[in-house]
Amino acid sequence: MCTAVADERASGAPGRAIDGGPVQEPRRPTELERIAIWFDRRTGFGRYAGTVLRKVFPDHWTFLLGEVALFCFVILLATGVFMTFFYTPDSRPTTYHGPYAPLDGTQVSAAFGSVMRLSFEVRAGLLMRQIHHWTALVFLGSIAVHLARVFFTGAFRRPRDINWVVGVGLLLLALAEGFTGYSLPDDLLSGTGLRIAYSAAISIPFIGPWLASLIFGGEFPTLDLISRLFVFHVMLFPGLLIAGIGTHLLFVFVQSHTQYKGGTRREDNVVGQPFWPGQVFRSVGLLFMTAAVISLIAGLIQINPIWLYGPFIPYAVSSPAQPDWYVGWLEGALRLGLPIEPTILGVTIPAPFIPGVVIPTILITGLLLWPFIEARLTHDRAEHHLLDWPWESPVRVATGAAAISLFLVFTLAGGNDVIGVFLNVPVESLTMVFRVLLVVLAVGTWVAIYWLASARRRRGEVERAVETAPGGIALRRTPDGGFQEVEGSPGGQPTQGGPPA
Amino acid sequence: MSEEPPRRNPGLLGRPAALVPARSDAGIPENPAAERLAGLAFVAALLAGIGLLVVYVLGGQTQIEAVLLTACLGGIGFGIIVWAQALLPNAPVTEVRHPLGSEESAADPGDALAAPAITRRTMLVRLMLGAFAGLAAALAVPVFSLGPAPGRELFVTPWRKGLRLVDETNIPVLGAQIPVGGLLTVFPEGYPGSADGQTLLINVGPGRLQLAPDRASWAPNGFVAYSKVCTHAGCPVGLYRATLESLICPCHQSTFDVLRGAVPTGGPAVRPLPQLPITLQPDGTFAALGDFPEPVGPSFWNVHSGG
Repeated sequence: MCTAVADERASGAPGRAIDGGPVQEPRRPTELERIAIWFDRRTGFGRYAGTVLRKVFPDHWTFLLGEVALFCFVILLATGVFMTFFYTPDSRPTTYHGPYAPLDGTQVSAAFGSVMRLSFEVRAGLLMRQIHHWTALVFLGSIAVHLARVFFTGAFRRPRDINWVVGVGLLLLALAEGFTGYSLPDDLLSGTGLRIAYSAAISIPFIGPWLASLIFGGEFPTLDLISRLFVFHVMLFPGLLIAGIGTHLLFVFVQSHTQYKGGTRREDNVVGQPFWPGQVFRSVGLLFMTAAVISLIAGLIQINPIWLYGPFIPYAVSSPAQPDWYVGWLEGALRLGLPIEPTILGVTIPAPFIPGVVIPTILITGLLLWPFIEARLTHDRAEHHLLDWPWESPVRVATGAAAISLFLVFTLAGGNDVIGVFLNVPVESLTMVFRVLLVVLAVGTWVAIYWLASARRRRGEVERAVETAPGGIALRRTPDGGFQEVEGSPGGQPTQGGPPA
Repeated sequence: MSEEPPRRNPGLLGRPAALVPARSDAGIPENPAAERLAGLAFVAALLAGIGLLVVYVLGGQTQIEAVLLTACLGGIGFGIIVWAQALLPNAPVTEVRHPLGSEESAADPGDALAAPAITRRTMLVRLMLGAFAGLAAALAVPVFSLGPAPGRELFVTPWRKGLRLVDETNIPVLGAQIPVGGLLTVFPEGYPGSADGQTLLINVGPGRLQLAPDRASWAPNGFVAYSKVCTHAGCPVGLYRATLESLICPCHQSTFDVLRGAVPTGGPAVRPLPQLPITLQPDGTFAALGDFPEPVGPSFWNVHSGG
């Protein structure tokens, strides 16, 4: 039994081989052991290292999604540090001279010029830039998929509600990190994005103009902005991300990872591979494979060609204009916003305020508080270490699916001009369609998924009731009408769903 | 943990002597094919890494660098994963999940907090919280230094009475430069490239504009000037559909009717693009009769207060 092996190794019983065989002669330690002993003699870390190294982590491919996000962050740090050596965080105008002929001799900001030099004159600079940008896209993507996995399997329930809050904080930091980084080249496309962000900020009643002035350092565009974004992007947000990721992982370690139902997996155990060597090898392998795949994409597929957009000029704009994918839903929300600007008691509610500030705030607050909302709805405040299948909580899976439908429609609406050209349909009509679709699809998705999940859950309850019948022996009805004992039935455990209806 | 005589520091592999106990190789899978595969992957990674260096020294080429970097990283990753899957003991291990939360008898968190010693002094606690509130107020000082107080700059632009309309190089614009159906981005003289002063000068031809009576005189000979800053989210209104005589913002597709005072006819914008009062001068240039009558750009809470 593997369990016994692990236990004996932990006890470190002298004079016995781990398989219980005859006593073997002591031997010289291996290099790895000698290094460990060297450190242990100086720090005593071995007392804790044993616990850490033998810690069991459940195995499932969906548990690697968060790891992909972590590894993206590692790649972002590595490529980002490289780029800071060439980047100039300065909005002041200079004249560009360089190998890119179409812009030679034009007036650009020092920031834009430095990114041009990085792209065209620093060897492997363009590769580093493209890896950084592509990794940022994958970073946000893996966070989103990881978040969906945690949501739909109910992994956020007590005791992990605390780590859900940390995780949503990390998502917001990653979004902020993405948006600030995307703005640093000071190109036309990102400058337009900043202009819209400024407009959303001043739309907040009473404090908006103040807030925008404090963040941007005055009325848009300001000379301070790029250097401020730089400090946010390379110091403040990464520092917070490192602290947050550390906390996130610490909680995973302290609480032990969740696991799916089935096999020998129960609420009170953890079945999987020890941290060392099994999990470390797999994770390091995944780190390198993540880096390999992103390098290939980044080296072969162009991203953010700022020389085609040109430098930011306040009176110029490009069309079509789409941001990075994770900002597209905000852009779409602004496009679908209704042309309404009521003035109540002298206070105007600007059109961008509802879609650009209120709706995102509601969605993000709902996401942040979901574990507590669900606990209140279900009155389930017990600890959970076994994961749900998505259909086991119809309200949860329906709400999650409806939220995804909102996100998708908003994102599509963020490209309504491109879709309009592609389908040869007027943008105005598309916008109307998306406005209707936003509501209809969200409600329809909720109802449909709720119904499907409920049906699946009833079927699951019947199966479980049969399989966990009290009395120690579970019987299953065979297709020809006979009865058969279910092998390995736990027996005697109370049924959860009651007898079949 | 250990059955040995207690030592001060048992350690991970805690043996004071140079020798450590023998360990059997039981549970380590024998798989020569996987060993060869992982080895080959590591060799490929080594060669790709050297190749990358060669390409770099020869002058660099983004795509080849990327492929070699992928081969190098992928070789290492593939080799390690083969090792993990085929050459490490992979039988599942079961661990007891210990209950979270401290047992009350063993470690009452309240005990360590020494709560009564603090909570009994209610008044002092309140005074200390008050002191921190004072510190928070003091911290507002550096925060408010981050940007100027929003004064009238959201309500005004550099346009003044008598300033001529110039292009982005500060050269005055002549009516003859813009044919009927044409348009040009113009700025106040002395402020070329101005972000909030950017204005579209459009020639729609005489007698076609349907402006408010008090604004009809602001558009001499069919030349009309509107702010180029979208009243929705502030993007430059950069698209002109000459056949429909409408201006379109490429950011969120707000559409404005040029002939009818740039009122919004589609998209999320609500306020018309403010019209700049201009006059045609004897030398063929244009001059402003004053600033825009309304704030340019996106709305804010007191946009209609007149500043």
